[in-house]
Amino acid sequence: MTGILAILLGLGDKLAAHVLLAAGAIALGIVVALPLAVWASRSPPVARIVLGFASLVQTIPALALLALFFPILLSLRAVFGQELPTLGFLPALLALALYALLPILRNAVTAREHMAPGVLEAADGVGMTAWQKLRLVEAPLAAPYVMAGIRTASVWTIGAATLSTTVGQPSLGDPIFAGLQTQNWALVLAGCIASAALALVADLLLGAIERGFAARRKTLVWGGAALALLGVAAAGWSQADFGENDDDTVVIGAKSFSEQYILARLIGQRLRDVGYDVAYREGLGSAVVHDAVATGAIDIAIDYTGTLWTNEMNRDGNPGRDVVYRTIKEWAEETNGIRVLGRLGFENAYALAMREDRARDLGVRSIADLVRVAPGLTIGADPEFFRRPEWFAVRDTYGLRFGRQRTFTPTFMYNALQSGEADVISAYTSDGRIAADRLVVLDDPQNAFPAYDALVLIAPDRADEERLLRALRPLIGAIDVEAMRKANLSVDRAENKLSPAEAADRLAGEIGF
Amino acid sequence: MPIPSESELHLANLTKSFGAVRAIDGIDLAVPRGSFVALVGASGSGKSTLLKTINRLVAPDDGAILFRGTDVRSGPAPALRRRIGYVFQSIGLFPHMSVAENIGIGPRLAGQPIGTGRIAELLELVELEGGHAARMPHELSGGQRQRVGVARALASDPQLLLMDEPFGALDPVTRDALGRRVRELHGRLGLTTLMVTHDMTEALLLAERVLVMARGRIVADESPRALLAGAGGEEAQALVAVPRDQADAIAELEK
Repeated sequence: MTGILAILLGLGDKLAAHVLLAAGAIALGIVVALPLAVWASRSPPVARIVLGFASLVQTIPALALLALFFPILLSLRAVFGQELPTLGFLPALLALALYALLPILRNAVTAREHMAPGVLEAADGVGMTAWQKLRLVEAPLAAPYVMAGIRTASVWTIGAATLSTTVGQPSLGDPIFAGLQTQNWALVLAGCIASAALALVADLLLGAIERGFAARRKTLVWGGAALALLGVAAAGWSQADFGENDDDTVVIGAKSFSEQYILARLIGQRLRDVGYDVAYREGLGSAVVHDAVATGAIDIAIDYTGTLWTNEMNRDGNPGRDVVYRTIKEWAEETNGIRVLGRLGFENAYALAMREDRARDLGVRSIADLVRVAPGLTIGADPEFFRRPEWFAVRDTYGLRFGRQRTFTPTFMYNALQSGEADVISAYTSDGRIAADRLVVLDDPQNAFPAYDALVLIAPDRADEERLLRALRPLIGAIDVEAMRKANLSVDRAENKLSPAEAADRLAGEIGF
Repeated sequence: MPIPSESELHLANLTKSFGAVRAIDGIDLAVPRGSFVALVGASGSGKSTLLKTINRLVAPDDGAILFRGTDVRSGPAPALRRRIGYVFQSIGLFPHMSVAENIGIGPRLAGQPIGTGRIAELLELVELEGGHAARMPHELSGGQRQRVGVARALASDPQLLLMDEPFGALDPVTRDALGRRVRELHGRLGLTTLMVTHDMTEALLLAERVLVMARGRIVADESPRALLAGAGGEEAQALVAVPRDQADAIAELEK
């Protein structure tokens, strides 16, 4: 419990960012929804179209909606120029605002439909203009309903805003995603508690405003509104203070698994030592990391040769580890100016792994041996794996056909193997759990999986920043797979866990810094 | 047709259709200043539609309406409506405004808000106590609400009062009392009043001229005395027969 409390106390920045994001999204939602609602209340076809669109948006999972804004904003750069941010606050704001539309719109339209016709006729009869009718009659009568819609939207938005972590916007989702990946449940709980508490407070304040409107008690309306605005202002003030020297802050990105968290901290600590301010964007979707570096949304990231080879360059075939590396280095520097500083020294390849006893019983030592028994087995993999070219390559090279495919988050994938819910998993070769869980990594005699050397990528803006490059060069070739596995395990194991920062410290010691 | 100079209201060749239904079918009508006219007819006879064309709540397809010699379409509709009192069956008090705010809304819209003294005066006109001013509409009885509705219609000192089934939803005692009061105010304030009702008794007792409508046309235009004497034709007489038979039956019971 004291652990969670300590984490909660350290979430101030995330909370402030979360409040600003949610408040911004709701404000934008209101600004768009209210005029639309007025228009819809005067035209049934408009009402149908607008409500239909808002309902449709609502059916898109929030995670997907957030991710969709990355390509949308990227293509909008053609119109608004290269300065348009594609990750972080803007896509999160837009996606959440779209999400907030429906409850506000629906309540506003319903409120208008439920207004007594006699009252509206009287408004005309006493000589109100359309504007006076809206201002003096329709708006005040609709206010409690609209407020109820805003309240619903706020609770949704505060919850969904935790997902904005995946597009690089700091939020209370950061501890949740980090905790899920490293099985640090205190971190997950702290994130959930903070976000739920925020939602409850918002619900309480907006509920007071709603009751104030319904009972025509101005003190309740103004009191609730003042407290809510005060909260947002406080969040804004703390963030403004925090972001003063933003320009000199190096932003380090990390995908959502332990190795990435640890390496991000390792890099961050080295940069701090030479005087940089460092910020982390953790829990990023794997697909957005490369583009985020290319566009400068993040300055530094660790990616893997095999990932870039197959997913960014759309290449298949495996010409050999060194050729792949050199080709990627040239390609990245030519196409988008990303500096590939070098290879860290270890590989985190995809591989198929089994429990030792199970492999022995079935007589399986390589992927080729697996072909014969696969129809009776279940393969478990992370959510990306079955759509990745690497899987197609392995499947087609060997002619693999499993009885069943299941997807898990990486953490639960290992648990599934232990509990027998999966027979084979798509493991990562640098994962400490391979040794800890006594897993067998199956041989790949036909080299169907490409190599996955860990690379340091540097954004075009920083590609020639000698102070930064000098701080990072010692990392090149310095981390072997044993050291990485050990660091990963220290974060992933169930007992006696280290935080990514602590693991990074130890790793630094291990490799001689 | 020459327009009589003392006409408060003049309707010429007025027509309005809703789809295939002719709600008003070529009506010509002159209403002299200061008269109290009742429009009587069955549901769907077009009487309500006719009334609402006058304050432009309904736009006619054809024809013209002159109010004090000026075409009602010559200015903006809200400005016209502020000069005409309008009372209707569902009353339409604004639920979020107090009685005083409801009564004062017309003058407020016109940019000449009225004070508490004038509100008290208007409340007195409709026989409500001054203490009602601060109440909210939901705290009033149905009869009190319609009294406020009448006060609201009178607040801008209109010359013309339009009433659409004004007492239709009230209990008979309240209905009778409020009807008499409105008749009295009509005389005292020098109003021209048009009242739509489906109740011939009400029309006969309050109006000095009764128009009977059927199928969008005026089928009879008589004084109450003439109607009771048998004038106005078959449709009018069918309507007059109802209260007369009721009165006869009651007189029979009293013997």
